Amino acid sequence: MRGNFAKITKILSAGVVAAGLLASASAKAAEDTIKVGILHSLSGTMAISETTLKDVMLMLIDEQNAKGGLLGKKLEAVVVDPASNWPLFAEKARELISKDKVAAVFGCWTSVSRKSVLPVFSELDNILFYPVQYEGEESERNVFYTGAAPNQQAIPAVDYLMSADGGSVKRWVLEGTDYVYPRTTNKILEAYLKSKGVPAEDIMVNYTPFGFSDWQTEVSAIKKFGSAGKKTAVVSTVNGDANVPFYKELGNQGVKAEDIPVMAFSVGEEELAGLDTGPLVGHLAAWNYFESIDTPANKKFIDDWHKFIKNDKRTTNDPMEAHYIGFNMWVKAVEKAGTTDPDKVIDAMVGVSVPNLTGGYSTMMPNHHITKPVLIGEIQADGQFETVSQTPGLVMGDEWSDYLPDSKDLISDWRAPLSCGNFNVATGKCGGKGTN
Amino acid sequence: MLLLRAIGLMLLLTMAGLTPSKAAEADLRASIGKFAAATGFSATEAVVRELAASGDPAVERPLSALADGNLYIRKADSQVFVGKESGDSIELLDPLSGENAAEAAKADLTKIKVNNGLRRVIRDALGTLTLRAKDASVRLAAAMTMFKTPDAANIGPLDAAIAAEIDPGVKALFEQARAASVLVSDKPEADKLAAISVVAARGDRDALSLLTSVEANAEGAVKEAAAAAIGKINSKLALWDAGQNIWYGISLGSVLLLAAIGLAITFGVMGVINMAHGEMVMLGAYTTFVVQQVIRTSFPGLFDWSLVIALPLAFLVAGLVGLAIERGIIRFLYGRPLETLLATWGVSLVLQQAVRTIFGPTNQEVGNPSWMSGSFDVGQLAITWNRLWILAFALAVFGVLLYVMKRTPWGLQMRAVTANRRMAASMGIRTPWVDALTFALGSGIAGIAGVALSQIDNVSPNLGRGYIIDSFMVVVFGGVGNLWGTLVGAFSLGIVNKFLEPYAGAVLGKIVVLVLIILFIQKRPRGLFALKGRAVEA
Repeated sequence: MRGNFAKITKILSAGVVAAGLLASASAKAAEDTIKVGILHSLSGTMAISETTLKDVMLMLIDEQNAKGGLLGKKLEAVVVDPASNWPLFAEKARELISKDKVAAVFGCWTSVSRKSVLPVFSELDNILFYPVQYEGEESERNVFYTGAAPNQQAIPAVDYLMSADGGSVKRWVLEGTDYVYPRTTNKILEAYLKSKGVPAEDIMVNYTPFGFSDWQTEVSAIKKFGSAGKKTAVVSTVNGDANVPFYKELGNQGVKAEDIPVMAFSVGEEELAGLDTGPLVGHLAAWNYFESIDTPANKKFIDDWHKFIKNDKRTTNDPMEAHYIGFNMWVKAVEKAGTTDPDKVIDAMVGVSVPNLTGGYSTMMPNHHITKPVLIGEIQADGQFETVSQTPGLVMGDEWSDYLPDSKDLISDWRAPLSCGNFNVATGKCGGKGTN
Repeated sequence: MLLLRAIGLMLLLTMAGLTPSKAAEADLRASIGKFAAATGFSATEAVVRELAASGDPAVERPLSALADGNLYIRKADSQVFVGKESGDSIELLDPLSGENAAEAAKADLTKIKVNNGLRRVIRDALGTLTLRAKDASVRLAAAMTMFKTPDAANIGPLDAAIAAEIDPGVKALFEQARAASVLVSDKPEADKLAAISVVAARGDRDALSLLTSVEANAEGAVKEAAAAAIGKINSKLALWDAGQNIWYGISLGSVLLLAAIGLAITFGVMGVINMAHGEMVMLGAYTTFVVQQVIRTSFPGLFDWSLVIALPLAFLVAGLVGLAIERGIIRFLYGRPLETLLATWGVSLVLQQAVRTIFGPTNQEVGNPSWMSGSFDVGQLAITWNRLWILAFALAVFGVLLYVMKRTPWGLQMRAVTANRRMAASMGIRTPWVDALTFALGSGIAGIAGVALSQIDNVSPNLGRGYIIDSFMVVVFGGVGNLWGTLVGAFSLGIVNKFLEPYAGAVLGKIVVLVLIILFIQKRPRGLFALKGRAVEA
């Protein structure tokens, strides 16, 4: 119980510190600050993932203020809680922009929450930084996508599995949670696999509901599918809470990574923290960042994070790095533009380049996506990933997939004079339609 | 006598094998030393193959250490060691003898990286090397690996191993592994046909997998025999599949039963629409987490007992919270179902957020005790231990609850208050206290359900959300106010769900079950086992 008590005092003291911060913030509000909106769920189902992102934003803003703020002013975080409720995201976004007059918003996790705030951002002309890997098929003037597009995660992951290093996989199970991100990603992957000559009978697609917890039938179906005499792998877009029971069942039914590896796109250090990873060693994940990456920048980031959150057991993960990159890009663009006016900042953003945590630089491209390295990691017994493969260079985010018939002719370029998020190169007109 | 002598001989042989001669040892050390210069997985793989080719059983230690990610290079002198973590530093063991050689900090060592491909190569190599191991289970594992990775070169070693083997179970597996290797070799057709019948007799998915690839690559009689064997195995497996669906259904049913059984008291017996029921389950799961935390830090030896210790504590914690909710809120709202629903829903949000504030929003790790990990096979059916224990536990809880309700004075009072509150009060029963204790009992039972569910689901503040709808479904379907109804309801929903899932998929399966329940409730509004008589009107 002592650990617990310590935790409670820690939380209380954190509360006191937060209250102190708020007080000092309101005292300074009189002198003109630059406000930054944070739109992440702090309650409800998504709180599990999004609370961490709120904390990392507070840390980044603190650090920037310690460096002297921005344009000679202090930054002030405005935190709202959309409570995992999609329509509430739009409402809170409106509140942040109209009432609090924030200069930019960092937020959203699920695609449906992003879709729900899009109209608000274009109507009120503000900036959203979206830090999560997503299904692509979108490019908005007011949104900067710092997470991975499918070609920065899914496609390289499948390429790795197909290579000799990854086990020359011939048969594929695409297992996902039933919503827009897995459905679109699997559609892209299916088209991609078929273009690589994989016959339809060697692809099995299966969906389960959100928060699914009884994986017995699915895991034994995977075992059955895997016993056709060809090397089989599972590509998992299973999201959130459903992952823990899924991996527990894999471990209990003895599905070994050497026989049927599972490649996950939504499982990071945070998800593994709730698991005994002993039986899962060797299962894979594809991200653009792992906590185990050994670079000075990453070491500093982890140390700062542990100090800020006052708990050295807390892990870091890919969307946190995305916010790190996004925030630094925004700071740089504001400095370049000399103002926080969203229109000018949006124009200044393209071409901004900042260091990422994996030892390179990430650059904002004209399609509002960034360049990133793609890493494939294997789960280790200590709950971390060990990088087993890395793309030789940076991969540029491709918003409109080349493997879907509806979107293969579309490109996006927000620079003048084109300034269009869905330009159809076949018809030469702006306003083509993707699959969404 | 003969047996003893054979064992003695084998012991001698293995001992001789474990202490390599000086010259051979120097060669092995030279090979192991090459790990230090190997950069990249393919270079490491070449060294592994070189070691395996030596055929010396002594290479097992460094190779299995490598597969487990425990082989290190000391940066100072590029020496290779087997590492054993002890606190912050790493104990270094000699890779061949296993003797303690030195100690070093993590920063002074480079871990040799492995990936799945490398692990597979090592596993195959170890398979051949451990055919003559002392431990029967190691030989068994070797036979399994060799069956999965047949290679014509394995036939020789397997023949020798079969001749020396004394354990009939292991011997049979050796023969199957040999048959598998014959199928991929260029042996004459007659040998291959015999091999097919040996493999077919095994009749599991691995055999099916092997025969499918044989059928694809062979011609003539071998192809036909393989096709026939595949057909036979498939029809046998179809039967096992049905059995498997029933087992999965029963196991899902036991989870539903556990989740719903507390609600069968609070909603079923008392008629309180308790939306905070799921949070009682969550509190039980978090109690388990706290108990395991304390055990991990203070009494590591007790870990296997953690669930047993957590059970009474979870009952108390959830029961007390339940008591507080009843005394504080629900007792003012009896007879007003809509207000109760809203109030308890509010309570559930408060509890969720409280847990989120205290423990953080992320999942907490609740470990499985060793007796709840892994699985065992019944024929072609893999039964996981945790599911089996949860089934037994759910039935035990049900039995105890039934006993309390039917055979104890307290149960009698509870039933009396439910049947006719005013009459019970006239007989001297303190009905408010019976209400409070009944609610506490239902909540406490939900708490111990949480202990069991922490073993299969994630322990997060949202844990309860996933179970509340299912719990209400089970209680309403089974018949409100009837414990047996809850039991039958839970298992029938579980089995129907699991039979639908392979055909309709998990999403559609769930929808179909919901539609079926709605139709059923239209036909029988009081559920499977409706209470009859005056109690219903009261």
